[in-house]
Amino acid sequence: MLFRGLALEMGAGEALHVRGANGVGKTTLIRALAGLLTPFAGRIDRVGAVGIVDERTALDPDLPLGKALRFWQQLDMCDNALDALETLGLRQLLDVPVRYLSTGQRKRAALAQLLGQDADIWLLDEPLSGLDSGAIEIVIALIRDHCAEGGIALIASHQDIAYNGLKTLSLGDYAK
Amino acid sequence: MILPMLKRDLAALFPFAGGGAALPVIFFLAVAMLYPFAVGPNANLLAQTGGGVVWIAALLAAILPLDRLVARDIELGVFDQLKLRGVSEEVSMAMRLAAHWLSFGPPLILAAFPAAALLNLDGPTLHILLLGLLAGTPGLAAIGLMIASLTASLRAGAALSGLLLIPLALPILIFGAGALARADEASLGFVAAISLLLVAVAPFAAGAAIRAAREG
Repeated sequence: MLFRGLALEMGAGEALHVRGANGVGKTTLIRALAGLLTPFAGRIDRVGAVGIVDERTALDPDLPLGKALRFWQQLDMCDNALDALETLGLRQLLDVPVRYLSTGQRKRAALAQLLGQDADIWLLDEPLSGLDSGAIEIVIALIRDHCAEGGIALIASHQDIAYNGLKTLSLGDYAK
Repeated sequence: MILPMLKRDLAALFPFAGGGAALPVIFFLAVAMLYPFAVGPNANLLAQTGGGVVWIAALLAAILPLDRLVARDIELGVFDQLKLRGVSEEVSMAMRLAAHWLSFGPPLILAAFPAAALLNLDGPTLHILLLGLLAGTPGLAAIGLMIASLTASLRAGAALSGLLLIPLALPILIFGAGALARADEASLGFVAAISLLLVAVAPFAAGAAIRAAREG
């Protein structure tokens, strides 16, 4: 058991920063919220499509980034793909095989995938780790835009996030 | 939604896109080539036993792609992302089954022609062999997919999956190769029926296995 007694409600336009030390259950919480794990006890209700960014990008390591992303863009039938790539500074990396990308570049690619998905609920697992300061600002701006459009963002991170009005949940308080 | 998935699965398995699908076919032909060296060039003996050898070669060739069939995409988180987009594990697995069969079934059937020449098989035997492979390889693909999904989260999964496939493929082998011995097309109906059943069950079994692996 990682945590218990956690009650959490989020509405349109809200962002929440889930804090906690390594191993406290941030990733587990995110996977449970997404419906990928079943909680041992309790219930999770959500309305709207869920998008996850975590350490696994689901991009084929052998393919060039452009091709690997195109698969998800096709599934998502997304039409703003180029904008997302431009915003995240990935345009010049499209021909580079995914396995040669750095941690930060992979994270950007995962975020581009998320933008294409057009999901209402963003569950971001350590979205800032490995990013340089410029990219961190871009990501925070993306989260702000998403929430301004009525989206929900839950960010699990041990880092501080420079975001006004961000609610915080300390997951360690619910640890068993 | 279906088409890009099938395309991706095929590209991952097919030879020209850096996949390893040429390997089962080369392996299959290598076994067919090796056999005459091992038992001697007696034409009658080859003709009598060659069909069975082709079946065993096909069975072994079906094992080769198993380690990369499912485990890699679980590791990459592909099935999680598909699930979030409303694609159930069953649909993912049905696509994967189709791609897996396409990547080794038809190439093996084509490779059976040169193999038959190497083993001195006559026309009617080749005819039954080809029909048998056509009926049996989808079943082999289905067994392979179920095993690959079940063993994906195990550390020694790759070695185990080969070991597990052999006993489960026994019915297909018995009826498929048996049809050759009796020169009887009727028992190919059994092969087709077994295949059909396996193909129908495999996406559900494999999907459940992937969910179980995720809950870990």
